[in-house]
Amino acid sequence: MKYEAITTSTLVEPPLDIDARKRLKQQLRQAERWNRSKAFLLVVPLLLFVGITFVMPIIEMLHRSVYDPLVADSLPRTVAALKQWDRQQLPEEAIYAVLAEELVSLQEQHELSKVAGRLNSEYSGMRSLLSKSARRLSRKDTITRLIDTGSVRTAMIDIDQRWSDIAPWAAIKNLSSRYTLSYYLAALDMRYDENGEISAQPEQRQIYKTLLLKTFAISALITALCLILGYPLAHLLATLPESRSNLLMIMVLLPFWTSLLVRTTSWIVLLQTEGVINDVLIHLGLISERLRMIHNMFGTVIAMTHILLPFMVLPLYSVMKNISPSYMRAARSLGAKPGYAFIHIYLPQTLPGIGAGAILTFILSIGFYITPALVGGRSGQMISNFIAYHMQTSLNWGLAAALGGILLAMVLLLYSVYNRLVGINNLKVG
Amino acid sequence: MSTLDNSYVRFQNVRKTYDGEILVVKDFNLDIAQGEFVTMLGPSGSGKTTCLMMLAGFESATQGEIYIDGTPVNNLAPHKRDIGMVFQNYALFPHLTIAENLSFPLKVRKLSKSDIEQKVKRALDMIELPQVAGRRPGQLSGGQQQRVALARALVFEPKLVLMDEPLGALDKQLREQMQYEIKHLHERLGITVLYVTHDQTEALTMSDRIAVFNQGVVQQLASPTELYEQPANSFVAQFIGENNKLSGKVEKIGNDRCVVSVEGCNVQALPVNVYQSGEATTLSIRPERIQINPENDFDNRFDARVLELIYHGDHMRTRVELMNHDQFIVKVPNGSRPLEIRKGDLVQVGWLSRDCRALDASSGQA
Repeated sequence: MKYEAITTSTLVEPPLDIDARKRLKQQLRQAERWNRSKAFLLVVPLLLFVGITFVMPIIEMLHRSVYDPLVADSLPRTVAALKQWDRQQLPEEAIYAVLAEELVSLQEQHELSKVAGRLNSEYSGMRSLLSKSARRLSRKDTITRLIDTGSVRTAMIDIDQRWSDIAPWAAIKNLSSRYTLSYYLAALDMRYDENGEISAQPEQRQIYKTLLLKTFAISALITALCLILGYPLAHLLATLPESRSNLLMIMVLLPFWTSLLVRTTSWIVLLQTEGVINDVLIHLGLISERLRMIHNMFGTVIAMTHILLPFMVLPLYSVMKNISPSYMRAARSLGAKPGYAFIHIYLPQTLPGIGAGAILTFILSIGFYITPALVGGRSGQMISNFIAYHMQTSLNWGLAAALGGILLAMVLLLYSVYNRLVGINNLKVG
Repeated sequence: MSTLDNSYVRFQNVRKTYDGEILVVKDFNLDIAQGEFVTMLGPSGSGKTTCLMMLAGFESATQGEIYIDGTPVNNLAPHKRDIGMVFQNYALFPHLTIAENLSFPLKVRKLSKSDIEQKVKRALDMIELPQVAGRRPGQLSGGQQQRVALARALVFEPKLVLMDEPLGALDKQLREQMQYEIKHLHERLGITVLYVTHDQTEALTMSDRIAVFNQGVVQQLASPTELYEQPANSFVAQFIGENNKLSGKVEKIGNDRCVVSVEGCNVQALPVNVYQSGEATTLSIRPERIQINPENDFDNRFDARVLELIYHGDHMRTRVELMNHDQFIVKVPNGSRPLEIRKGDLVQVGWLSRDCRALDASSGQA
């Protein structure tokens, strides 16, 4: 062979035996221990910070999404009594009596509204039913008299016809355990029905499934728009001489230096019905009727694409920067037309950047809150807006936590799919 | 110089500027015959790579015409020129296997699957690396990547192959070996090669003709022998091979002999581009043409002091002080009768007047 002189010029040492290798590894570990513990000590403050401010709240949130002690704590005797109930017929007189007593005592302690609210989200109408019954039952001596005569059931059915149905009882029983999946079921438009089985919510109460799908669709659309707009820009940045690309890069980064709120509000100024764009279009005679471009999905998509564009451009840029222009030249010299060379040589090499940019943009946009809240109107709302609604307005924290948990699970799923397809080590973010 | 009829590649009065102010290539003319191996040699920034890129179609000529096989190509897209090209860092596509890299130009040309397979196999056999077909470029050594890049530039059988410092990234031993290999491939396949390098050894070993570039101008276009033995100016003399230069003034000038005074000594020299007495000149003498204790027929002999001896195996590099010049190098061959000299010795050195070329005075650029 002609090349032997080069290929065999290195001397091959015999491989070490197992004992020697073990000893060597142990020595290596000892030598590196100090360095490693030093490195660890340096990150301890950060680790504590992340643990306290990030990991613990997430755990707390996930806990809250399944922990629901309200009914079990407020109506302990009723819950215990209902344990034996078979959901087939109305409960016995004794159970009515226990519930009546507990309702009265809750009413006296002004604790009824919380539990009534919780039950109401399980079976609508429960709030009014419970408060009405409690009010009537707490009239002077009513309850003792009824218990003595054994006519609590009749009296309650007299107060409200709904007590002759098993539905309110099923609602109490469904919420009787401290740990429940009911929030997650609600977040997916499902519920426990009267028989304690999982079934779909009635049609008119289904909102979250469509909302989740819509959130995904909007996020995918925004990611695609960012890619279409960002790819040529990143390519330009990567191929221009440094002096000019620096200026462009500053313009890409400029949005980062402006408050998110300011940027979103300026979109309102631009896009509103009496806004700049409509004025110009009317003035040019391109449209006769003013377009509705804000407080709907269109506004959400436009504003969010603008805000998330740098997150697509930066990873793409960092990948493209490292692709030598000689690859394209080589492809051209080998006879490939510009388009063919782009698709077969350039594009595949930018895949890690596309992957990183897309996953970053997508994950950021499914959790986006401020922009849809400000410019989304009714149709442009996303899942995060409903989480905020349940946190702040309806005070149904369990449902908010469950929606958040679903979002978290989706992101992790996406991440693992990406890892399986591309490998997370290929992710290049800057 | 050849005419348009038998030249395969022709640069005609080509100029190139990037910024409209500085010409990186000034009035470049070059004719390359079919099957010839021509090297463009020069320091970096001398315009040689720009000329190559203009021929490949990646840069456009600001002025002038470039012909391939008699057709002007100034407005022809790179992919239509059918030129094989080897790049400095190989430019093997990292996401494709070696076999896919090699089949790329064939797939683009829409060859049948069996043809492609056969040609790829033949190309891998040619570079003696049949086992790497399934690997990625990143898994190969530098030398192997180099050979694959060469094979990829040749697999679609182009008539013209351009090479842009293809051996620059290899270590010395491998580089020398690849030089011979490329030369042999060139001879076997009968292709025309235009080669760019800044390494003069590479240029001398491989080329039929060498164009020496400096500052956008071809200083000399000649065969390796002519370039080394008869450099046309002091830049070429300095750039190709090792060279002793002595600055002086022409005292007397004849047809094939002139007398140059250097620091008060009269040196017999061969006039190359000096024309009248009184002119300033640079004398150029190759270190291996100088003898210590010279033979009788040497018409230049001077006293010198040995300053330094460096052992190089096949020769002893001897630095002597001569005519107030302390960087004068003499190569003393390590023959069967080695010379007994030591540092500090006073010796006589001498050379023949025909080995001492009186060139232009502007030697500062080298």
